Amino acid sequence: MASASSARFWGKAMTDMNSYRPTPEEQLRRKRRSRALGLTLGILCLILFAITIAKLGPQVLNRPM
Amino acid sequence: MNTLSNSLTKPQNESIASNGLSQGDVSDFFALLKPRVMFLVVFTALVGMVVSHPDVNPILAFISLLMIAVGGGASGCLNMWWDADIDAVMTRTRKRPIPAGKIQPNEALAFGLTLSAGSVLILGLASNWLAAGLLAFTIFFYVVIYSMWLKRSTPQNIVIGGAAGALPPIVAQAAVTGSVAWDSVILFAIIFMWTPPHFWALALVKSGDYERAGIPMMPNVAGPDSTRFQILAYTVLLAPLGMAPVFFGFGGLAYAVVALIGGLGMLALAIQVYRLREGEPAMRVAQQLFAFSILYLFLLFATLLAEHGFGFFRPVLG
Repeated sequence: MASASSARFWGKAMTDMNSYRPTPEEQLRRKRRSRALGLTLGILCLILFAITIAKLGPQVLNRPM
Repeated sequence: MNTLSNSLTKPQNESIASNGLSQGDVSDFFALLKPRVMFLVVFTALVGMVVSHPDVNPILAFISLLMIAVGGGASGCLNMWWDADIDAVMTRTRKRPIPAGKIQPNEALAFGLTLSAGSVLILGLASNWLAAGLLAFTIFFYVVIYSMWLKRSTPQNIVIGGAAGALPPIVAQAAVTGSVAWDSVILFAIIFMWTPPHFWALALVKSGDYERAGIPMMPNVAGPDSTRFQILAYTVLLAPLGMAPVFFGFGGLAYAVVALIGGLGMLALAIQVYRLREGEPAMRVAQQLFAFSILYLFLLFATLLAEHGFGFFRPVLG
């Protein structure tokens, strides 16, 4: 019973979500959040790259060919 | 009271239940990180780094500092998630993003946990796992020991909980040297001893707020007079402790002068707080102590930064 009512709740929530039209203000906020998230992920990649290079050190290029 | 299970399973209000869209703006998420506290964390951690004179890659040191800041912000975010119910009834905190309805508790919880895990992992990768472990402990201490346990159960909440705010210099020193030395432990002790006079001065002014929220702050439990005495007692310990870096050799001449004058200023204000107990003058002097305590701590750490980071160090002893 509990799972049936839960499924009904989430089913309704999903239907509501699909039919809901965000207001211009909500769209703007979502766009800003997406940009911030993208920027954060970009910075994370840069940080991981910088850690890798810094940990390897200059000797990484100095190897016998 | 907030509970983890409720927060994880219950739709929090109509807006998110009906359309599933977050209502928060980027600035609201940033506010969850308590930017002013984060600045203090970065500042004290930076001083913990420079007094160590580390021989470390500056990029790795910068990333470590950034992760300590993010970890501090994450613990602030988790604190706001847990304390949303009491934030809503206090004038000082009711405009925070969760009580204001801009961000849902579930969002704040996910945001805080993600940043906590991310900051600890990246600090471990950038520096070492001792520093990462200390950062994880700091977040745990602030969120679980202070926010979830002590804050609502004992008037000693900010005394013991102050350890979390005092740990950043130790984390920073561990990040750049791989170990913990006396320098950062003394910086820890200064912040730890500074916390009670600082927060109790605020609590004297805002005791009505804390009363409404049901938080057992010292003025509400032991009374204003006992709080005033304890502010004075902690300040009597803090003023000489502020001079300790001079005797341990990492506080120079400029630091000695600043610590001496600042310590005397703190003592003078604490005595005034102890003496003036009634009416507007009592509130005013408590506010002055609160404001001066911020300036005092800032000046101590800024002087150490100038001495060690910019070559102004002139030894007092030897």
